[in-house]
Amino acid sequence: MDNAITPRGPKPRRRLSRANIMLYGTLIVVAMYYALPLYVMIVTSLKGMPEIRLGNVFSPPAEITFQPWVKAWSEACTGINCDGLSRGFWNSVQILIPSVFLSIVIASINGYALANWRFKGADVFFTILILGAFIPYQVMLYPIVIILREMGLYGSLWGLVLVHTVFGMPILTLLFRNYFTAIPEELFKAARVDGAGFWGIYFRIMLPMSLPIFVVAMILQVTGIWNDFLFGVIYTRPEIYPMTVQLNNIVNSVQGVKEYNVNMAATLLTGLVPLIIYFASGKLFVRGIAAGAVKG
Amino acid sequence: MTSVLVKDLTLKFGAVTVLDNLNIDIPEGEFLVLLGASGCGKSTLLNCIAGLLDPTDGEIHINDRNVTWEEPSGRGIGMVFQSYALYPQMTVEGNLSFGLKNARMPKAEIKERVDRAAEILQIEPLLHRKPAALSGGQRQRVAIGRALVRDVDVFLFDEPLSNLDAKLRADLRVEIKRLHHNLQNTMIYVTHDQVEAMTLADRIAIMKGGIIQQLDSPTEIYNRPRNKYVAGFIGSPEINFFEGRIENGVFVTTGERFSLTGYEFQTKSYDGPAWLGIRPEHIVSGEAAEDLPVSASVTVDIVEPMGSDTLAWATLAGVPLRIRMDGQAAVSSGDQIQIGFDPSRASLFDKTSEERV
Repeated sequence: MDNAITPRGPKPRRRLSRANIMLYGTLIVVAMYYALPLYVMIVTSLKGMPEIRLGNVFSPPAEITFQPWVKAWSEACTGINCDGLSRGFWNSVQILIPSVFLSIVIASINGYALANWRFKGADVFFTILILGAFIPYQVMLYPIVIILREMGLYGSLWGLVLVHTVFGMPILTLLFRNYFTAIPEELFKAARVDGAGFWGIYFRIMLPMSLPIFVVAMILQVTGIWNDFLFGVIYTRPEIYPMTVQLNNIVNSVQGVKEYNVNMAATLLTGLVPLIIYFASGKLFVRGIAAGAVKG
Repeated sequence: MTSVLVKDLTLKFGAVTVLDNLNIDIPEGEFLVLLGASGCGKSTLLNCIAGLLDPTDGEIHINDRNVTWEEPSGRGIGMVFQSYALYPQMTVEGNLSFGLKNARMPKAEIKERVDRAAEILQIEPLLHRKPAALSGGQRQRVAIGRALVRDVDVFLFDEPLSNLDAKLRADLRVEIKRLHHNLQNTMIYVTHDQVEAMTLADRIAIMKGGIIQQLDSPTEIYNRPRNKYVAGFIGSPEINFFEGRIENGVFVTTGERFSLTGYEFQTKSYDGPAWLGIRPEHIVSGEAAEDLPVSASVTVDIVEPMGSDTLAWATLAGVPLRIRMDGQAAVSSGDQIQIGFDPSRASLFDKTSEERV
């Protein structure tokens, strides 16, 4: 062995080892599994109906047309309304903003109070709240109908906002409580010695330190509420149906020709909002989820 | 004038009694150190004085005012924490002025006080930095500054130096001592480090199980520990204990008899089972040992040279004996040496009550 190399510096690694082929092979297959349907949706939405009838699902569009997108957004019919998904989009926005805002504000204050101000009965309160997360939604559907009716909110936008806020409470409170518990207690004590009260500590000390967890809560709530179908269809009227319900009504209509391109475009439009949120704040999301895992 | 008065203070967490009917009277300007092993209740006591924990029973007075139900900010105290507890999103200046802003102090006065504190602690160049950009020592200075700007009567320190490395700890210890010398405020300082306690304190309160074992000056605690626990806790290397009996002014232990001539008994005299404690540094070796009332010949097992002094291990009366010798002492394991001690420097404790006799 006269050409033996003395080991020195970084150990050389083989690119095409068996382990690497397995690893990347698996990754590629899994990526295809998720990417292929998306690909089919996008190409279909850009084809005209005659081309779709040819049945070549995977072939790229011979002639790109945006007509299906325009139709999905502003012309598709649901019931008697023929103004497309745009109506549902604005309904969803009107439901989303107050629901996300209210649920995060209330849950963060809940979490802060539970983590730092151990009031009498805090543990019992917390247990009850968390138990709420385990009860299936279906059990509560009808009681909530009655409650909303008695409050005069049934069928209104604010009724749905209230439902979303309440149902977001257990998991969000847990999220915030755990985050605030991980903040060193001495910081809280120092602020008390410095004369800051309940709100002073919340706004001046805790809030500025908690941006990642607020982003996490926002992402959870935006995707959860935007994608909600069940509450939307039960607690609102057709004029204020959220986008998901309207999408269902477009796609599942049994009359006339199935316009696959319009359906695909409508579905992509509906999924766009959570997608944008993920892309815009993905980094913070990971940081927030991992916060507390490593000290500092 | 009394600065801090703790009266019959009891704190229970469920069935666990953390503080048991505690009484302390701290005169103005005193530097009191609460010393004890972890879990002895020293930090709990400090938190009670600060108002961060509600006591189960008892009263706390600060400057002759009953502050038992007062908020921490209304007690006239400033507190320094082990983890510094600086607000990470604020600059040093923001950290220092936070308490003053909460008290709605005019801006000009805030600036004046912050500048003065920064000058005292020599942190002026750091005022616009965030805590993350500071070293451990600098952070702790800022934490002290936060107490300083509030112009309080009483400073509370909760193990402020425990997170620092050894050299920095020694430096900051001197600075805290200097600060106390200049300000002449009452300071209560919690630590488990006996060197900090001995060097800083006017008086030390040694705590165990929520009870103050002894509250005295450092020299008194060192020379005349009131019970066996205190004797064993203070001093490094640890005090040597012998188990035996006192019979007519002589301590009898396995195979040895130590004369107690010169020992000051608390009462007229004491006979019965007892512990004898003698500090390693009070054991004399060599020729000087022969003239002492107690002397013996021992074989050295192990030698630990530490530069400034040397610790030799031997066996006397069946128990390991620590002997502290000069750093240059020519001694090695296996040597036969003559040792002795003066009984007046020893401490004797009742066998069962472990109280000093």
